[in-house]
Amino acid sequence: MISLKKSLRAASAVAATALLFATPGLSEPLKVGFIYVGPISDFGWTYEHDQGRLAVESALGDSVETTYVENVPEGADAERVLTQLALAGNNLIFATSFGYMDPVVNVAQKFPNVMFEHATGYKRADNVSTYSARFYEGRAVIGTIAGRMTETNTIGYVASYPIPEVVRGINAAYIHAKKVNPDVEFKIVWVYTWFDPAKEADAATALIDQGADIIMQHTDSPAPVSMAEEKGLYAFGQASDMKEFGPNARLSSIIDNWSPYYVARAQAALDGTWASEDAWHGINEGMVEIGEFSDAIPAEVQAEAQALADAISAGEYHPFTGPINKQDGSPWLADGEVADDITLLGMNFYVEGLEGEVPN
Amino acid sequence: MIRLERRRAPSRIWSFLAPLAAVGATLVGGAVIFSLLGKNPFEVLTTIFWSPLFDPNLSAYARPQLLVKATPLILIAAGLSLGFRAGIWNIGAEGQYIVGAIFGGAVALAFYPEEGWYIFPLMVAAGALGGIAWAMIPAILRIRFNTNEILVSLMLVYIAVQFLAAMSLGALRNPEGSGFPGSRNLQYYESASNPELVAGTGIHWGGLTAVAALACLYVLLHRHILGFHIRLAGESPRAARFSGARPALLVAFCLGVSGGLAGLAGLFELAGPSGQISIDFNVGYGFTAIIVAFLGRLNPIGILFAGLLVALTYIGGEMAQFMLGLPAAAIQAFQGMLLFFLLAMDLFLNYRIVFGAGARA
Repeated sequence: MISLKKSLRAASAVAATALLFATPGLSEPLKVGFIYVGPISDFGWTYEHDQGRLAVESALGDSVETTYVENVPEGADAERVLTQLALAGNNLIFATSFGYMDPVVNVAQKFPNVMFEHATGYKRADNVSTYSARFYEGRAVIGTIAGRMTETNTIGYVASYPIPEVVRGINAAYIHAKKVNPDVEFKIVWVYTWFDPAKEADAATALIDQGADIIMQHTDSPAPVSMAEEKGLYAFGQASDMKEFGPNARLSSIIDNWSPYYVARAQAALDGTWASEDAWHGINEGMVEIGEFSDAIPAEVQAEAQALADAISAGEYHPFTGPINKQDGSPWLADGEVADDITLLGMNFYVEGLEGEVPN
Repeated sequence: MIRLERRRAPSRIWSFLAPLAAVGATLVGGAVIFSLLGKNPFEVLTTIFWSPLFDPNLSAYARPQLLVKATPLILIAAGLSLGFRAGIWNIGAEGQYIVGAIFGGAVALAFYPEEGWYIFPLMVAAGALGGIAWAMIPAILRIRFNTNEILVSLMLVYIAVQFLAAMSLGALRNPEGSGFPGSRNLQYYESASNPELVAGTGIHWGGLTAVAALACLYVLLHRHILGFHIRLAGESPRAARFSGARPALLVAFCLGVSGGLAGLAGLFELAGPSGQISIDFNVGYGFTAIIVAFLGRLNPIGILFAGLLVALTYIGGEMAQFMLGLPAAAIQAFQGMLLFFLLAMDLFLNYRIVFGAGARA
């Protein structure tokens, strides 16, 4: 038994040394693996991550070799795929869904020489970085446009899951719509899915039936945009631009642009300067991009939205700047006070004025 | 005119060869799809079927993973095959799998962070109970009101999925999880975890239970009067009634056993490879197990091999994705073809094609 354990330990030591030498020299390309929760053809979340992968290929050329596995369920399957990607010699692995968190941490322990990047999570290690985007900055901009453009003063919001990320988006959009239009109201439908075109379209229809003339979404399919197009109303692209799904309906969009980050991280891995870090990038770094404004938006509103985006990008303005009260009227941020990242990351409450409750 | 005519009796040899012929047809059909996608079909097929077993870099890890992946499929299919033989169609194993995991997980989380040998057995009992309870809904509705158990069990899957979301976001959410959905990870909770029994083998308690379930199934079907009634009920319901079978009992028994095994599969998966109650906990084993049950001819030994084969297409399919850049959809189509050809082969097993209008009454 002891000798078996010993030989196992010896074997793993050999394996570890082999891995150490497997890190690429000048001649061998850096192998970069990606695992996706959806199909690359979703025109939303996964599509944009895959655009990032392609950007790495075109920016770094022959010095990298990329590969991906799509439609990987979170949990046990993710752990297996991550392990196989590591065994197959990938040196840098991007795991692009929140639910990959524990699998990434487990696999990273077994492969100390492989670098892992986990999107939207909060568990890090020496070889595990996390990264996410400050999508709420984009929400503030499109909230402003929606507040100006609505005629029924009702904005419909297709929400996925009541997690901090989504709640933060709702709050950011509402605060800025309200700022330019005190009569604005938000109607929110929770669909409990990230990607289900039929459900998302149903939710959009329900919102339109309740008088919403502008649809916002925090789900990944272009179905709500298509639905707004069909009804002659307005919507915003989510994750990708989605213009082709609603040429008239789409006012602007929040685009997740992972390319700069992915290229920089792959370059760092090539240079040997990669280190574990926590990146939360916004408009300034280019991770959050505001899609082109459509001609349906009046010039002064375009200018107003652009000025807001520029101020956020320059760090002159934070979308969560007091005075802001919580929904129950209790004070959250005092006049001029700016929300800290910890509170934002765990946000599970609505701000004052929003109706309904964050579901539990 | 082309008609189908029922054969007097299906050929004995062909009823064993049909699944093999279906696998063969799937290979050919897959090869066509893969070459249309511009890949070398031979390379793709060897990657799917050979690499997980023999690739020098990957197989040491992939082989035990085959057992991990096959375990829930076999466990669920074993239960389903019982009802399918009797003409009792439990299509909702996915829901029973989810509810079993939730029940078992809730027990574990109720004890957290207490350690004790009794926690895991209690979770197992709760998991089985959860699956049985969920399966009893279609059973009781069918017995009392003659509702269709196919529809009821299937619809209950969607309810279970919503229940799972509610639990992941509510009662079972990890209080230290920064507000994100999902429970604590049971892999990090020793008394509740279901790790590999011997490291590197891929065998956890679920694997042992699956083998035991297959053995019990074999004995039940071939050595027990209840098994005789189940087989008879599927082949000739009237004869079954004359021989003393009680239809209500059969319905309750078949749905109960398949629900219980699906619940156990969910619990073992939760406490083992998966770790967390989360919104995406279920990945379709309850549906895939239907394919496994039929591919295995509803026969215990057949199910064992069918489960391993389907697991192989999953793991080999992933390798084909990252080694050859094959899209996931092509793999899914390939897996779907397996069921398609299997059902087609079964059709020709029981029917023959007759050309022309010649009636042969």
